[in-house]
Amino acid sequence: MKTLLILGAGTGGTMVANKMAHELDPLEWRIIIVDKFETHYYQPGFLFIPFGIYSPDDVIKPKRDFIPRNVEFILSDIELIEPDKNRVTLTKENKVIHYDYLVIATGTRTHPEETEGLAEDGWHENKFDFYTIEGATALSRFFKFWKGGRMVLNITEMPIKCPVAPLEFLFLADWFFHERGIRDDVEITFATPLDGAFTRPRASAILGDMLGQKGINLVSEFNIGSVDNSKQAIVSWDEREVEYDVLVTIPTNMGAEVIARSGMGDELNYVPIDKHTLQSEKWENVWAIGDAGNAPTSKAGSVAHFMLDVLIENMLRHMEGLKPLPKFDGHANCYIESGFEKGILIDFNYDVEPLPGKFPLPGFGPFSLLKESAANHWGKMAFRWMYWNILLKGGEMPFESQMTMAGKWA
Amino acid sequence: MSVLDNLHFNEEGFLINPTQWTKEIAVELAKGEGIAELTADHWKIIEFCRANAETTGAAPTLRQITKGTGLSTKDLFALYPKGPAKKVAKISGLGKPEGCV
Repeated sequence: MKTLLILGAGTGGTMVANKMAHELDPLEWRIIIVDKFETHYYQPGFLFIPFGIYSPDDVIKPKRDFIPRNVEFILSDIELIEPDKNRVTLTKENKVIHYDYLVIATGTRTHPEETEGLAEDGWHENKFDFYTIEGATALSRFFKFWKGGRMVLNITEMPIKCPVAPLEFLFLADWFFHERGIRDDVEITFATPLDGAFTRPRASAILGDMLGQKGINLVSEFNIGSVDNSKQAIVSWDEREVEYDVLVTIPTNMGAEVIARSGMGDELNYVPIDKHTLQSEKWENVWAIGDAGNAPTSKAGSVAHFMLDVLIENMLRHMEGLKPLPKFDGHANCYIESGFEKGILIDFNYDVEPLPGKFPLPGFGPFSLLKESAANHWGKMAFRWMYWNILLKGGEMPFESQMTMAGKWA
Repeated sequence: MSVLDNLHFNEEGFLINPTQWTKEIAVELAKGEGIAELTADHWKIIEFCRANAETTGAAPTLRQITKGTGLSTKDLFALYPKGPAKKVAKISGLGKPEGCV
């Protein structure tokens, strides 16, 4: 018997388990997936919790519901990966698993303690994150009774999981405070280390204009060094200060600690992989999917999904002694909520920045690219259903893995 | 006549062909970024970035620079105000650091 071991049962790991359970002969292969938590979170839904659009129940399901029957699910933390010996030691009973193929899907987590003064006095009282269920629900309680003041949203450093979520948060906050009748009493400021609203120039210009139209202040090239809790201010490395009444932070994102412990990661604990084949640079039977790897693209579920088919094909090729194909192009596709039941869609890859035009989606589209529309908002809302019912189970989604130029205005 | 004539830059101001880079070009690009004179510490960082890009194919991120040069984040911001990783990448004739995705 040969063993395929998958570390992490989040979006990426669960999809790989489902696809591989379908591809591999059960008489020849056993598939094991390990995760330390029972609960699967629909992480894109965290964004909606602070504004009462979703409740925690909308984003939580048991992981086991999505693991196929012929895959063994082990609930445990991971102590150590030893890729030179093809083995992994689990925390639970120090169990050792020898593998033939390893897929690392251990994801990314937020680390507020990386910034001086951030995770201390007032954490989850007037300083919140929304990339965790705890932060998102604490912020929802805070907003329920807030009478207004200065709200500052700050990105600590790049890269982050889902680089558009901070913008969506700003747009939704603007809408939420309008609906509550307190928009005039709220000053919204976006402090970002980037030189504009987004990472790529054309989208950045359009999204930056939208911030302006909605009366949201932009403080660019702001690299936070510390939080001054007595002054309620964030302080940059070059000693600029932005004062807040409520701070919403996107803390430093880092890969799992076991990656660092095992000496397999870069300075942020991401596993170095070939950005086109998704194979480890050092160990040919080790692969990484989604935000666990260092591929320079968005650390988002949609990207993990676009990686999936390339990863599966390349592993199957490798099992047959063939070379992996450099087919992953960095494709990312993001619905950006812009408030007032509208949304924007962007579609891009390693080489092509988000462009305006139309996105031809068979059966659903076309959706407008880089332009507000109601259809884009409903596309995003429908996505939660698709996530739970199709995507995680490795079903056919109406999206191509590789980006297409059809409909785009270059 | 400037050493920057005949060079091509992308729309964000990064040199398109890193092999054309010279130290004289760096001095001129630094002026464009508001750095009048490149000190020994500035050069230490530029040299690290050039060497790093040669092995990895990409400009290093801020964390890679602090780890690789032993300089603190605070020092980096003093030498290259606002966005050190991006500024150094530009002056070193490299592409945008890959942390910015």
